[in-house]
Amino acid sequence: MRYAMAVDTKKCVGCADCVVACQTENNVPIGYCRDWIVEVTDGTYPQLEIEIRSERCNHCDNSPCVRCCPTGASHYVEGGIVKVTPHECIGCGACITSCPYDARYGHPDGYVDKCTFCDHRIQDGLQPACVSVCPTKCMYFGDLDDANSEVSKVLKKRKFKTLIPQAGTKPQVYYLI
Amino acid sequence: MAQKRRDFIKISSLSAAGLIFGAQQLSSATKINSKSKLGDFGPLDTLRTPTYCEVCFWKCAGWVYKDKEGNIKKVVGNDDDPNCNGRLCPRGTGGVGMYHDEDRLKSPLIRVTGKDGKQTFREASWDEALDLIAKKLKAVQSKYGGESLALFSHGSGGSFLKPILKGMGSNNFPAPSYAQCKGPREVAFSTTFGEALHSPEPTDIRDTRCLVLIGSHIGENMHNGQVQEMSDAIDKGAAIITVDPRFSTAASKSKFWLPIKPSTDIALLLTWIHEIIENEWYDKNYVEKYTYGFEQLKAHVKNYTPEWAYGITTIKPHVIRETAREMANASPAVIIHPGRHTTWYGDDTQRLRAVAILNALLGSWGRRGGFYIPDFTSVPSFPSAPFPKAEWTWRDAIEEGKYPLSGSDLSNGVIEASLPTAPEDKRVRAWVVNGTNLPMTMPDTKTTVEAMKALEFLVVIDTMPMEITGYADVVLPECTYLERYDALRILPGRFPTIALRMPATEPKYNSKPDSWIAKELSKKLGLDQYFQWETAEEMLDWQLKQVGSSLEEMKRIGVKQLPRAFGEPYFSEHSEPEFFTNTGKIELYSTSLAAAGFDPLPKYTPHMEPPEGYYHLNYGRTPQHTFSRTANNPNLTDLKDENAVWVNPKVAKQWGLTNGQPIYLENQDGVVTDFPIKIRVTERIRFDSVYMVHGFGHNNKKLSRAFGKGASDSQLITRVLVDPVMGGTGMRGNFVTFRFEKESEVTS
Repeated sequence: MRYAMAVDTKKCVGCADCVVACQTENNVPIGYCRDWIVEVTDGTYPQLEIEIRSERCNHCDNSPCVRCCPTGASHYVEGGIVKVTPHECIGCGACITSCPYDARYGHPDGYVDKCTFCDHRIQDGLQPACVSVCPTKCMYFGDLDDANSEVSKVLKKRKFKTLIPQAGTKPQVYYLI
Repeated sequence: MAQKRRDFIKISSLSAAGLIFGAQQLSSATKINSKSKLGDFGPLDTLRTPTYCEVCFWKCAGWVYKDKEGNIKKVVGNDDDPNCNGRLCPRGTGGVGMYHDEDRLKSPLIRVTGKDGKQTFREASWDEALDLIAKKLKAVQSKYGGESLALFSHGSGGSFLKPILKGMGSNNFPAPSYAQCKGPREVAFSTTFGEALHSPEPTDIRDTRCLVLIGSHIGENMHNGQVQEMSDAIDKGAAIITVDPRFSTAASKSKFWLPIKPSTDIALLLTWIHEIIENEWYDKNYVEKYTYGFEQLKAHVKNYTPEWAYGITTIKPHVIRETAREMANASPAVIIHPGRHTTWYGDDTQRLRAVAILNALLGSWGRRGGFYIPDFTSVPSFPSAPFPKAEWTWRDAIEEGKYPLSGSDLSNGVIEASLPTAPEDKRVRAWVVNGTNLPMTMPDTKTTVEAMKALEFLVVIDTMPMEITGYADVVLPECTYLERYDALRILPGRFPTIALRMPATEPKYNSKPDSWIAKELSKKLGLDQYFQWETAEEMLDWQLKQVGSSLEEMKRIGVKQLPRAFGEPYFSEHSEPEFFTNTGKIELYSTSLAAAGFDPLPKYTPHMEPPEGYYHLNYGRTPQHTFSRTANNPNLTDLKDENAVWVNPKVAKQWGLTNGQPIYLENQDGVVTDFPIKIRVTERIRFDSVYMVHGFGHNNKKLSRAFGKGASDSQLITRVLVDPVMGGTGMRGNFVTFRFEKESEVTS
């Protein structure tokens, strides 16, 4: 079991519905977020290109955040999902600094918070909240070990990249390009 | 570096890395989902209630979920609704913010004048406020006639309030959604195809092979169903052609981007028509069978060559040819999208006529991948006494015969009819305004304010202390859509649907639903005969039973698809489509425009160009907001809390402007924005234009999150180019320059 996500940059319009859906689903306080939008413009008028990405924790196979956590609050659960156990977290912020993707934030209640791939929903057979609301259907989620999962199928069909691969983190969020 | 990237679109004010956390009050997220098979979203251990969204006009049907404490937690799309297919847009998902917003109107307010002459609002009971409204409306009615009342509305509340004014003898029911928005295209498509487009537009985007967006920025306007279908079309490899002075999100998904010089769209459209006719790329059978006036059209566009258009539009001739070819290759699965906000330069009906003609030549109307034939349904209204006939309307107050083809009441017309310059005996004297913030909705804020000041009485019913409440004599706090029953949503589509909105919870504060407000007011005004139901539930249940459903059923399913009543959604070889035009054909040459004294075929007319140092003011939408109404929503301001003005790097260099620098904008009439707006230097805009998102720059301090954030484009739109055909207010003829400082800051 290896959960992964693919985001189609050709379809994403950067509306940020994924951000609000995550906030309401996961009680993320206003002013914070577990996922966000990045828009990169290249070129000069009128030869232009934009890449739009919905970003979040990459649930890396080789996660510096898990490795550096002094208390073990940051850990892997089934399917390679990286999670934080709030009551074990002392809020030292080492994981925040170690993450090359800036995917973690300090929750005002004193622990570090981040994307969980909505594992509480996965357990119920549902898609993560961001995937399920996206008006452009630009996100695909599933098990990479299952050749018939949405994410496996789309990664077989399309060109993709990961973010900052040189960091050696082996990210599991893929961007279709 | 990572933080920088995230700052690129400022989605949220994230804490910086390395921050020291406060006390360890731990609250782990509790598991809220239960096992369920009902749709994609749990949790069903708590009650879910159906609604349809009120954050915009698309009205997506959804479910409201509450947490175990009974607080509204989230709103999720209804899988069975063709408008959203179970996926709401960010505004719909963030609709919960409307309910939670602590700046909401909380109590009825009555304007009072203190001993010092200073006017303030004081809180009042519903009984007192409604008594006062009844007394004042009656006074205006007996002095000037019921005809002198008007109701402005946007959204659902209007259907309850309308019978009050109608019962008193008024027939003035303007909505800015017509003359400030989609009016021109409705008239253009009616005169061409015999049918207006309505909402949702019957564009068959999911199956199109070529989508042409001319000034329409799907993806930034979150017209949900269309955004979804555009995404489907991208998946299937459809070619998108985007015509826009700005490299919009849609442009970035397009095969062709045509960065047209603002205000020259008709020249491009006429040239495309020319190319398609000259090269015989039009659908010959279709044109012969269904259309009227082809020969006149052919002669009319004879000289509109790509070389001619190049000098006007700055679009290279070979690009015009290639894009015409692209459309023709896709025919009939091609859509030249009519857009929605179409009031630009005052010749808008003619521009949309050119759009309609192009669609007709390519045979896209009534064809798969073009425009489907929508099916409408009607649900009987609750029985009511017949309404009195109005002896006159706002139309009698303005110049006779003006705007002959307007198919709806014009907001600007009613405003004109309310000014002191309107005839004494045919002047509108009192307004009821529901859910529309006219000072920001209407161009030329000054005239709107002048009209409001001239009124004898103004009632504003809203959920938020929008700017307009500041001009009201009485303000009524309406509860949000999450706390009320409303009229049924009855929409056309590939299949017609009905949807129910019911309260998920009790109204917060001392707010009330429009159904209750109207019913109570009817009692005080003696208009019981128009309100023969006791409760909204009773009314809805009766209506639903007329179409084979019930309130009980709709509470369970939320949205119901009804069978098509009028045949297939596409023409076939055997179908004999009817076109409700004078000739019974698709009118390439419009006989009704000719009869009314207008050009029967669209012409290109040059528009004013900006003086030196000024730039075309273009405006548009951001996916996170609707008009000016969401600017204070806590969930949505968290995503975007101000607008910025887009400036080409060459222009920025010339003026010495840098990214993020706050600047005032001044228009050609010397009007300066109340607040500064931040500069966004970007290659994505032409050097002769600037661009800003509409809806920001609120100047009411009671909107604590929105006050002073960004600038208001409405303020800068003082040159209004009125469409003589239907009275639409063209708003794109304004030019702005930069101002580094302003003498005095505005106060609320």
